[in-house]
Amino acid sequence: MDSAIPKALKEIIDDFSWCEGQEKLELLVQYAESLPPLPEWLQDDQSKLVKVEECMTPVFVQAERQDGGLIFHFEVPAESPLVRGYAALMKQGLDHATPEEILKVPGDFFYSMGLQQVLSHQRLNGIAAILAHMKQLAVKEMASK
Amino acid sequence: MSIPYAHPELLVETDWVFNNLNDPGIRIIESDEDPLLYDLGHIPGSVKVDWFTTLQDPLRRDFLGKAEFEKLCSSLGISNDTTAIFYGDKSNWFAVYALWLFQYYGHMKSKIMNGGRAKWDLEKHPWTKEVPHYSATKYTAREPDHSIRALREDVFTQLKQSKPLVDVRSPKEFSGELLHMPNYPQEGAQRGGHIPGAVNIPWSQAVNETDSTFKSVDELKSLYESRGITPNKEIIAYCRIGERSSHTWFVLKYLLGYPNVRNYDGSWTEWGNLVNAPIEK
Repeated sequence: MDSAIPKALKEIIDDFSWCEGQEKLELLVQYAESLPPLPEWLQDDQSKLVKVEECMTPVFVQAERQDGGLIFHFEVPAESPLVRGYAALMKQGLDHATPEEILKVPGDFFYSMGLQQVLSHQRLNGIAAILAHMKQLAVKEMASK
Repeated sequence: MSIPYAHPELLVETDWVFNNLNDPGIRIIESDEDPLLYDLGHIPGSVKVDWFTTLQDPLRRDFLGKAEFEKLCSSLGISNDTTAIFYGDKSNWFAVYALWLFQYYGHMKSKIMNGGRAKWDLEKHPWTKEVPHYSATKYTAREPDHSIRALREDVFTQLKQSKPLVDVRSPKEFSGELLHMPNYPQEGAQRGGHIPGAVNIPWSQAVNETDSTFKSVDELKSLYESRGITPNKEIIAYCRIGERSSHTWFVLKYLLGYPNVRNYDGSWTEWGNLVNAPIEK
C-alpha cells in the first residue's frame, strides 16, 4: 500500500522536527495538557481502559464517523502524560481523515519528528501502539460500511 | 511494633520532605519513567534527572562516566555533602535506579522518598511547575563501586557457581510470552525467556499497592526467603534494562540488610541478545 501522511499530521511532524532537544519534550507537554476529556456518551463505556503489562499505559480509544472522516476519542491516565501527549497529537493529526488515509500512515512516521533524540525506544513504542489502535478502528469502520 | 528496616536511614517519608523543603543541605531529585511528569508538576525546589537524556551515555551503551556524573551533580547544585533525596513515578522505579547510580559513584548520602509521587499526591502535598536553578558546585565523584553492579561476565560466573539470580520482571516477561503480544513491538531482545535457574519475584511485590510505599520487613522477608533468596547468599538481580532490578537491589540491600547484592543493569536487553548465552523458558 502507498504510504502518505495527511496534511494536519504532516504539520505536527514538521513542528517537532524544527524543535531541538528539550523543546521537543516541551511541545509534547503542551499536547499532553490539551487532550480533551472523553465526550459524555463514552464516559460509561464498559470496555474502557485496556489493561496492559507493566511499562505500558492503559489507553482507551474510540472512533466515530463524521462526514466521511473519523473523529477519535481518547482516555489516558493523568499519570502518563507522555502517552497523553501522543494521543493528543495523533488526534489533532488524524481527526477528519478517512479510514483509507489513516491506513496509509507509515508505521514509523514518528522518526521524522526526531523524538528518538529525547526518548528511548521503549517510550517510542507508545506512539506506534496508538497508531496501530487507530488503524484497527479504521479497518473496523471500513468493514462496517 | 513491627521490625525496623535494616537501614531505615536510606528512607525519608513524604511528611519529612514537606517539612524540610527549604533545607539547603538537601537536594530533592525527581526521576520518572514518564519523562513529562516533572514538567507538569513536581515537588517545589526539586530538580529532574531523566533515565534516557541525563543518566545514560549518548554514545556507548552504558550509563554516565565519572566525569559526566561530576558535571551532572555540579549542574544540579549537588555538592559532596548534599543529601540527595530521590522520588518518582511507578513506585519509585527510576528513582531507585538514580540512587543506585549515585551510590555507584560514591554518593552515599542518597535516600528514597517512600511512596514517591503517588504518596505525595495522595496526601495532597503541593506540586509546582517552577523550575529552580542552583549555583554550580564543585563535585568530586569516587571511583566506581563495582560491588553493586554485575556485568555479563559476572552473570556467567554466577551461573557456573550456581549462585542465585532474581528475575524481577512480570511473569509473562519471565516466561518469554510477552515478546509475542500483538501491536507492542518489544524493542531490545531477540529472544524471550530468562537466565537459567533464575527465580521470578516481580519487583512490584515489594511495594504496597495503595500508596506505593515499601512493604514491611516481615512481608519482605517471607517474600524473598520463601524463594531461597536469603541473606547469606551472593545475589544478582536483573530485569529488562536494570531499573526495576535496582528497586529489588535496594529492598534486599537496605531494607533487609543483605550484604551481597548486585544489579545486572545489562539485564534482558543484553542477555536476550547475546549469542550463545543459555536461556530457559
